[in-house]
Amino acid sequence: MTVVYKRSEGLTPKPTHFCPGCTHGIAHRLVAEVLEELGIIDTTIGVCPVGCAVFLYDYLRCDMQEAAHGRAPAVATGIKRVLPDHPVFTYQGDGDLASIGMGEVVHAAMRGEKITVIFINNAIYGMTGGQMAPTTLVGQKTTTSPYGRDADHCGKPIRIVEMLSTIEGVAYAERCALTDVQNVNKAKRAIKKAFTLQQQGAGFTIVELLSTCPTNWGLTPLRAVDWLKENMIPYFPLGVYKDITTEGGAK
Amino acid sequence: MELWKGNEAIGEAAIKAGCRFFFGYPITPQNEVPEYMAMRLPQVGGCFLQSESELAAINMVYGAAGCGARVMTSSSSPGVSLKQEGITYLAGAELPAVIVNVMRGGPGLGTIQPAQADYYQATRGGGNGDYRTLVLAPANIQETVDLMGDAFDIADRYRNPVMMLLDGMIGQMMEPIEWHERKPAEDLPAKDWASTGSKGGKTHVINSLYIDPALCEENNRRLEAKYKLMREHEVRYATVDTEGAEVVLVAFGTPSRIALAAKAILEKKGIKTGLFRPITLWPFPEKQLHEVAEQESVKAVVTVELSMGQMHDDVRLAVNGVKPVGFLGRSGGMVPEPMEIVDTVLKTLGR
Repeated sequence: MTVVYKRSEGLTPKPTHFCPGCTHGIAHRLVAEVLEELGIIDTTIGVCPVGCAVFLYDYLRCDMQEAAHGRAPAVATGIKRVLPDHPVFTYQGDGDLASIGMGEVVHAAMRGEKITVIFINNAIYGMTGGQMAPTTLVGQKTTTSPYGRDADHCGKPIRIVEMLSTIEGVAYAERCALTDVQNVNKAKRAIKKAFTLQQQGAGFTIVELLSTCPTNWGLTPLRAVDWLKENMIPYFPLGVYKDITTEGGAK
Repeated sequence: MELWKGNEAIGEAAIKAGCRFFFGYPITPQNEVPEYMAMRLPQVGGCFLQSESELAAINMVYGAAGCGARVMTSSSSPGVSLKQEGITYLAGAELPAVIVNVMRGGPGLGTIQPAQADYYQATRGGGNGDYRTLVLAPANIQETVDLMGDAFDIADRYRNPVMMLLDGMIGQMMEPIEWHERKPAEDLPAKDWASTGSKGGKTHVINSLYIDPALCEENNRRLEAKYKLMREHEVRYATVDTEGAEVVLVAFGTPSRIALAAKAILEKKGIKTGLFRPITLWPFPEKQLHEVAEQESVKAVVTVELSMGQMHDDVRLAVNGVKPVGFLGRSGGMVPEPMEIVDTVLKTLGR
């Protein structure tokens, strides 16, 4: 019998607590597989966010530190300065990274901190029950934008990888979507490239993963994937926004 | 003997105590601490990093402490307010670190002149939750450098943040000091909990999240047991002529030195005066102060501090009604003259 698929060595056997149709589980698996394939599970230190991925330390089989909301890039900086040869990554949602932790991520990028940031953008606060995020789309209804996000009242959603790609210290910035096999494979390649560049000392690396939140979007898992494709990808275009290893480097 | 500025001496003492990582943000009157570390840490193979904010600095401290490093940050009052988030996380995740607060006047932006009005914040825990920070309050630069090694050792021994609480006077002045060799205590527990990679074995998780309330309470009871040990073993204080005194002045930091000048004046007036100086503000030397106050000779206790009355609460709790407690507080960067202390003592004695 041939084994065609098995759980990554980077994952613990613990079943995740995520809602049906949530793509956090896929993102966790991709990180685990990359750590395994690069042979760095035993040396890596990850930093968990506050949000739905707060229990990441229960699911990944590497050392982890739980950060305060938004502070993961600062915590990762402290770790990397003490252990410069170890791979260090943060895993952060859009509330964590793009709202309360915007200062920390921008300055970690500015310093060219040799860390990898996995940025989950699902356009909403998940754990707290579906409030408006900085990446919530205009017109999108959330519990704190019950009439739909009004651009006059609270601005338009922020594009993180585009912004960070303008910063000199950023070596790699890509946006992927966890919508289908092809895009999931692309996301894995991006995560692997980010960790590889980190190991080469290239600088700050970030992979944004457009993700679904069927529960707080009020959609079935399948409809949620369609909603992401129809609404998020046009506003948050997929692609490589910065890659210092290629000609030209930036999109 | 060498002449050292307080803030720079703090930096050198930390390095002598084995501190190799410093994360901080500029704020007056503690700027010479990060400046000194920026110059000195690279010379000893350490790392100084200026953070984008005090919030980032204390969270960098968290990350470094979680890897088992001896790590420090320093700031002054408004900056230490910002660090409170990180301090409660350090306490919750049981990470050792040293935080220096060179206090200035508040509230708000206040003033850059010396004050002691962060006493509540330091001793009560400015962050959320059931936690304690051990607080050391030196009164001169020699004591500051001597306590620095203790601060790191206590942090490591209990896996808890330790705060060095100084008024801006001590940070800014220069005094002659002697350097003593100060190696980390030999009986400190191994940092086998640090997240330095699982190395094929058990993973290390640095965390303060206990979502199950029963487990959260259990953790808090475990922390409380640790704080009880700190209360039993780490109380520090100094006394001058408290035995058989008629009046006992209670002061820490710079006011304790002014209190000594007042004591000399009071004694010329025939009032036998003692000084009780807490060195740990938490745990407060409650029992020891009570015993001093209880003496038959003591007619009054007088608190002197650079705030509108913060340590005064702890003094009253310690004295617990056995003697009248007078109070002299100057605030907002003002410092009392010895005669103001003398007048307060006479008033408290009803003379």
